[in-house]
This record gives sequence, structure tokens and C-alpha cells, in this order.
Amino acid sequence: MPTLPRLFGRNRRYSDIDVSISEHIQERADELESEGMPRKQAEQTARREFGNVALIQQRSREQWQWRALESLLADFKFTLRRLRKSPGFAITVLLTLAIGIGANTAVFSVVDGVLLKPLPYPDSNQLTALWLGAPGAGSLANYSSGLQLSASMYFTFAAHNRTFQSLGVWSTRNANVTGLAQPEEVHTVLVSDGVLESLDVPAAVGRWLSQTDQDPHGAKRAMLSYGYWQRRFGGDRSVIGRTLQLDNETREIVGVMPRGFRMVDQDFDLLVPFAFDRYNQKLAPFGYDGIGRLKHGVTLPQADADIARLLKTWMDTYSNGPGTNPHYYERWLISPQFRSLKQQVIGNVSSVLWVVMATVGLVMLIACVNIANLLLVRAESRQHEFSIRAALGAGRASIARELLMESVFLGLIGGVLAVGVAYAGLHLLVAFGPADLPRLSEVAIDARSLGFTLLLSIASGLLFGSIPAIKYAHTRAAAALSGANRTASAGRARQRSRSILVVAQVAMAMLLLVSALLMIRTFAALRNVEPGFTNPEHLQTMRISIPTSLVQDPRAVARIMNNIDDKISAIPGVQSVAYASVLPMEGFDPNADQLGVEGKHYEGGTPPIRLFDYVSPAYFDTVGTHLTAGREFTWSDVYDLHDYVIVSENFARENWGSASAAIGKRVRQFDSMPWQEVIGVVQDVRQHGVDEQAPPIIYWPVMLKDPYNPKPAIEAQRAVTFAIRSSRAGNESLVADIQQAVWSVNGNLPVASVNTMQQIYAKSLARTSFTLAMLAIAGAMALALGIIGIYGVISYAVSQRTREIGIRLALGAQKNELKWMFVRSALTLTVFGVVIGISAAAALTQTMKSLLFGISPLDPVTYLTVPLVLAAAAVLASYIPARRAAAINPVEALRVE
Amino acid sequence: MAKNPDDRDLFPGALEIMILKSLRLKPMHGYALVKHIKQVSDNLLQVEEGSLYPALQRMLRDGLLRSEEGISAKGRPTRIYSVTEAGLRHLEREVQSFEKMFAGITRVLAFDQA
Repeated sequence: MPTLPRLFGRNRRYSDIDVSISEHIQERADELESEGMPRKQAEQTARREFGNVALIQQRSREQWQWRALESLLADFKFTLRRLRKSPGFAITVLLTLAIGIGANTAVFSVVDGVLLKPLPYPDSNQLTALWLGAPGAGSLANYSSGLQLSASMYFTFAAHNRTFQSLGVWSTRNANVTGLAQPEEVHTVLVSDGVLESLDVPAAVGRWLSQTDQDPHGAKRAMLSYGYWQRRFGGDRSVIGRTLQLDNETREIVGVMPRGFRMVDQDFDLLVPFAFDRYNQKLAPFGYDGIGRLKHGVTLPQADADIARLLKTWMDTYSNGPGTNPHYYERWLISPQFRSLKQQVIGNVSSVLWVVMATVGLVMLIACVNIANLLLVRAESRQHEFSIRAALGAGRASIARELLMESVFLGLIGGVLAVGVAYAGLHLLVAFGPADLPRLSEVAIDARSLGFTLLLSIASGLLFGSIPAIKYAHTRAAAALSGANRTASAGRARQRSRSILVVAQVAMAMLLLVSALLMIRTFAALRNVEPGFTNPEHLQTMRISIPTSLVQDPRAVARIMNNIDDKISAIPGVQSVAYASVLPMEGFDPNADQLGVEGKHYEGGTPPIRLFDYVSPAYFDTVGTHLTAGREFTWSDVYDLHDYVIVSENFARENWGSASAAIGKRVRQFDSMPWQEVIGVVQDVRQHGVDEQAPPIIYWPVMLKDPYNPKPAIEAQRAVTFAIRSSRAGNESLVADIQQAVWSVNGNLPVASVNTMQQIYAKSLARTSFTLAMLAIAGAMALALGIIGIYGVISYAVSQRTREIGIRLALGAQKNELKWMFVRSALTLTVFGVVIGISAAAALTQTMKSLLFGISPLDPVTYLTVPLVLAAAAVLASYIPARRAAAINPVEALRVE
Repeated sequence: MAKNPDDRDLFPGALEIMILKSLRLKPMHGYALVKHIKQVSDNLLQVEEGSLYPALQRMLRDGLLRSEEGISAKGRPTRIYSVTEAGLRHLEREVQSFEKMFAGITRVLAFDQA
């Protein structure tokens, strides 16, 4: 019979069964009566002979049911009915579950979106970041992108490799668009041929940049991002073929990339071809990120070997100009260490995310333990009911199953609520997460997150349900019916499982609190680090760049910057103004190259590579970097092109023993250049972030003789960050005043990346503060749940032992001793938990090593503090019920039944 | 429903055959069916109510039987079960296969005795 009519005709079937069966019994009774039995007795006998009427009705009905589902539904209804009867319990459990599962779902969505899902490109597992290791290149190869590629490398690799379908290089740059509305700074991505081919995402409108667009002498072209297309052109499809002014160059728009397309991990407005001049390339400079798509079946080590082979070809083909040794770079020990593009994008954030995932997972576990405890209490009060049912023939398995089903249903209801919590939690997480969390735009609650929620709901339901289920499946009817309430205290066995749960809870709370405290201590250690600048909250920063297409002459550039400097200084409330190629912790390095000290002999003939920055007069005074010896640059030093240089204190110590000894000493970049005199030594600056060692830095003036141009030439810094010390920093009105000041010098200059130094500083602490916040929240929750757990166990023990306490008091026990008895039992549990927790923490915090700064994962202060906190919490949690116990009136207690 | 130790559980399908065979003679209600089988088998076979009613429902579901509202001998409402066409075909097939099985069993037993 088809399913649907069967379901609909079912009620008629059910009444048929009932009619049939009752007639059966009546007829048998009639028969017995006619044999001479009294009517009443006959009916009873007939019924007894027939057997369990309800059961047979049930079995008969089941023939028409989809059995599993229907009995599940019945159980579900039963669970709901019982939850409604005890709203306090229901709210506690469901709230705990909703928050616990919700937090896990939110964090899972982030972990999944950032770490697990493939990048949003077709066959993204073939995409490779061309990461070069170069241990001999000093700080040049120190950064997250390794040694970047040079254009000549790109040409060599692209032409001769055997392992890539396509490869190319790219780089980001800010550029100015003029002529559309107000001059606007846009984020551009420069790409070589091979980049779009590798990513393989077709254009939404128009076409990709092609090989002919890479011709340095050909037509200038550009592509738009979807966002820029919408913002500036209203999504008009006729935009193809129109032109825009980019850094005062006219470019034709040939296409628009689709919505959501990012350049690896960068949002951008415009895609612009590099248009390298293939026949006019040197070995250096190394400034581009490489990306490639592997051929099918090619592994990363094969690609490494393939490109390693080409490094020699590269040095044979190109040079750095006449008289230079093209095989100099052999000393850099360059070796391809290609990695998947995904790994490159994710970077070091994975350890943070896994720690956070583990943390919320642990909180969930603690929450489950708490709920298991609550369920044990409930199950205990249902002990009688279970015993009676068992006596009436209900199987142990069926009672266990029912308990388990009940908790799984609880889990599922909690899971439904959790989805709401997860939505809210995800917003919080994204708001508070590290600002540079990669792939944040890809994070969302999707089918995978919901699947995870479902699994977690069922799993946690099974987990916290299995403890009471296993326990009460073994209940012996006789024992429970006869004894329980008449003995003075509950059996040891019953108390034991609850105690084990509390020990587990304390151990997990211990682990979380240790982790949280380690992060707090890390954060404190980072805050204590002298960053190399002062009062960052009163330091306004912004970037300005003057492209060659706008102002050709380097002297004019320096003068414009000088004018801007003066105009901003005149703004009320501004104390001092200066600029540099890059401020500390801005996240990139302007330059790095070799630097020789006069009179020093270097192994291999070449001095090591040093980090360079270019600073204006009064820069150190403005930023707050302490001058340890000598003086700063002056504007006349700049305009007169004096061969002066300022070095960091660690560089001075390394080469001349002390800061003061460095003054007057000389250094130079290349042999062909004049010596530069050290006129100042400044305090070490944590240029790459608070948690990175301060590198030796060489500070050049903002205008100098170009060391890279074989002909005598001057170079001025065109893209710089201004630092403005003012009590009005961060104020909208100050920013407006600054923009006015800049425009009063040149109306084509937009102001970009407006920040305060405090924001830049906070960003460099973001990873730590995010981890700290997550662990602190988790630790606090664990502590609260642990206290509730201990309180619950002790207070339940008190209520169960009322008679015993009464007897003790009647026999003359001291109240203080009674109190201490309960506090002591709580402390015993805590000590067990702490011991287990310490061992677990000692093992697990090793995985946090990379997140810690300035302290060991076995930090003694942490390992002493947390047990004390937990012990105090245990005393507090047990004292309240203990006092209640001591206040018991023995007469009342003994009367209690 | 006290269990007689001499009672044997019927093998699968046997109950169905007896129900079909009995109902082919005349449509009956549940109690009559039990009595009928008991009488005809000289009390050797006893149908347990706990098996009968679920079996009836299963056979109704599978279309071997149909049920109608009827009145019992005492004038109370009950349900009368009767065999359908499909039920008759099913009975024939089952009886044949039983006969084969009995023949087989008989031969083996005979061989053993010889």
C-alpha cells in the first residue's frame, strides 16, 4: 500500500484494532460466564488470558507505522513536556547549550572559512606562491614573503620552466586617479602576464589584460575591480573602451573582474599591467610576489627543483650593470621553497585560530560536564520512577535509551538556538578579530557550519546524556525501591560519579585559566616593551605620494614635502611634523641593501644587508625616538645633499662599541660611492612589531644621491608617511585641516591611510589581544562553570545528607567542624582537578609557544596563581552550602522524611 | 496466556498459512479465528493473541486480507476478516512450498529410522 493513504487511513485502522481486541475479550468473557464463572471474574480472566492489551495494540499499530521515526517523535514530545514542567532546568541547560554550541559554530565558521576551505579560484590546489628562501640575503628575505622575485627572474622562470602551466609576478601600489571627481587615491595591483592566467577567474565584463598590454611601448590599459566599477561607474557595461587618468597617465579600460575576486589576499580597485621592458632588466631589485599554477600531477618539490635549475640561467643571462659580478647572488644561497598559495595567504594565523577553536571546544566540554551533572541530579530524583518501571518490566536498555534520547533532543534544541548565537558571535568575532585576519570576507555561516552545529549538538547530547544513561541503566530495582530514602546518606557510588565530573571540570578550567593567564602575561610583557616611539595616541599619521608623472624634479618633490610640513605645523594644536618613507610597524620596508663600515673587513668581501629608512628633519623628535648621540638631519643637510647618515644604537654598538663612538665614523653602500658620515645615533626601534627584535636600521635623508643610478642623479622620497604630533590626533577636524593644508600646496594630492600611531601600534598587538580576549572569555566561563559545578555538588550533598548532619549535630558535632567537612571535600576535589589540570596544561601550552612573548609556557607565576584562584573559588562555592548545613536544626533534620 | 512448556513456536509463515486457510472457509472475527484453529487442530496448536493481532494487521497491510465492520454473535460491533485474491494466490504458493519442505523433512526422518 502506498505510504500516504496508509498514513491517512491510520486512525481508522487503529480504532479497528481496538474494536477487534475488545470484542475478542468480551466474547471470551461471555464464554467463561456461560461456563458458570461470575461476570466480573470472567472479564478479569479473559483479560489476563489475552495478555498485555496495550502492548498487543501497540504492536498491531506498529504494522502501519514507520516505526523508528514515530517512536522518536513520541520520545521528543515526551521530552518537551517534561522540559516545560521544569523551566528552571530547561532554561539553564538550553542557555548553556546555545552559548556553548553557538560559540563553537562561530569559531568553526572562521576556521573553516580561513583555514579549511580552498581559495576561491578554480582548482586552487594547483596555485603556488613562488617563495624563495635566501639565508644569505640578510633582512631582505626576512619577511612573510621570503625573497621576492625580480623582473629578470620572472622572465627567466616564465620562459624556461617545465613544471608550471603559467606563472607571473604581482605587486600592490597606491596610485592617484584624477579627472573623475576629486583626486582619489586607489589601490592598484600591478600584474605581469601569467598572473590572471594562473588565477583563472574570467572577467565579468570585457577581457583580461593580455600579453600585448604588457608591451612597455604599447597602449596603456587597465582593468577595474567589481567594487570600483560599481562605485565610480555605477556598473555601466559601456565602460569598456573608456579611459581614466591614473597617476596622470591615460589608460583604457579593457575589462572588469567579477564580484568577490581578490588578488590573492588583497582587495584592489584597479589592475594595471607591469609592462616590464624585457630587454632592459637587471638582476635586482627583488620586489615582486610570484604566483604560478602547477601542471597537473606536478608536486611542489618537483617545481622547486625545476626553478632551482634556472637560477644559474638567470645569473648567466642578466647582470647588475658593467663591472658587477652577476654570480654575486650565489652568496645569498637562493633556493625555491614554493608553498601552496593557501598556506601563503593563511600565514601565521592558523595557530591563533586553532588555539581559539580548542578553547571554545574545551568550554563546550565543561558545559557538557555541567549539564551531565544537572541530569544526574534530575535522574536521581526520578530514581523511584525508573525503579518502578524496571519492576514493571521496562528493559534497562529502554530506560537508558530514553535518557539518551532526551539529552540528544536537548542538544538539538540547543543547537537550533545556537545558530542565532553563532550569527551574533560571528559578528563579534569579525569585529574584534585581528584586523589582518586573512580571508575574512569569505567567512560565513553556511551549510558546512550548520552541519557542524548538527553534529556537535548530537555529539554533546550523547556525551552529557551517556553518563546518567549508563549509570541508571544499571539500576537494580530492589535496591532503589527498598533503601534509598531510609538510609542516612546517599550511597557513595552515587556521589562518586558526580565528584569525578567536578574533578574533570576543575582540570579543564585549570587548563583554560593557565592559557588565559599566559596570554595576559604575554600582553603585559609586550606592553612593557619600549617600542621606540612615545605617546602613539597623540601621533596622527597619513600617507602622501607624489608620482613622477605629476612632479618630475626630485628637488621639487622635497620642496613640496617641506611646504606641506610647514603648512601642517601652522595648524593650531600641532606641536611638530615630520615624515619618513615608513613609520615603525606600518608593515612594509622601504629598502634594504648592503652597507660597509670604513676600515672593516668582511668575509667574502661584501658587507651584510641592512634595513634602510628615509627620514625628514625633526623626525625622531616628532615620533619620540630618543637620540642617544649626535644630532638629527636639518633641511640644509637635505638640500645640500650632505653625505650624512643616522644609525640605530644596536648598529653603532655592533660596529664601534658604543653610541658616542659612532659619531664621525663613516659608512657607504657601494665601493664606487663616497663615504657617508654618521651624525647621529638613535634608540632601537621595534620596526617590525612589538614582538620582533629591533633590527639595526640605517636612516638616510629624504633626498640623496641615487646610489642605484650609474649616472650622477638625485633621488627624493615620493611616497611617505607623515607623523604629526598633536593633542588633536585622531580628531576629524584635524584630518580636515591637514587635507586643506596639503591641498593648499598642491590640489592634486590626496591624503591616504589616515591613522593614529596608536592604531598602528594596536594593530601590531592585534593577534595577541585577540587571542587574549578569546582565552580570557573562555577562562572566565570555565571558572564560572567550575564554581557552579562545585557549588552544585556540595549543595546537593548537603541536601542529601540532612539526616546524617542532624544525627551528627544531635550527637554534639561542632558547627565549624561540619562546615569544614564540606569545604574540605570541595577542596579535595579541586586538588585532584588541579593536579590533572597542571599536567594537561604543561603538555598543551607547548603548542601555544609561538603565541607567547617574553615568558615560558611553564611560567611559574601562572602555575602558582591559577591553583590558588581555583582553591579560593572552591572554598567560596562550598562555603555557602556548608554554612547551610551547619545551620540545620537537628530536630527538624531528623523529622525530615 | 500462561505458557505451556509443550507449546512450540510456529515457524515463520505458519501462522499466516493457518489464518489464510481458516478465513478461506469463511470470513471470521479474531476470537472466532483463534477458536477455530484450536478446535481444528485438536488443541495441538494454540495461537497466541500477542502474535495474532499484529499478524492480521501485517496481512491487511500487505493486501492478503481485507476487513469489514461486522456484528458478533452477541450483537457487538467487531471486524470480520476475509481473504483477498492476492491472499489466495499467496496461500497456494506457501502451501506448495510447505508441502515440499514436509516431504523433504519426512524423507530425512525416514532415512534416519531405517
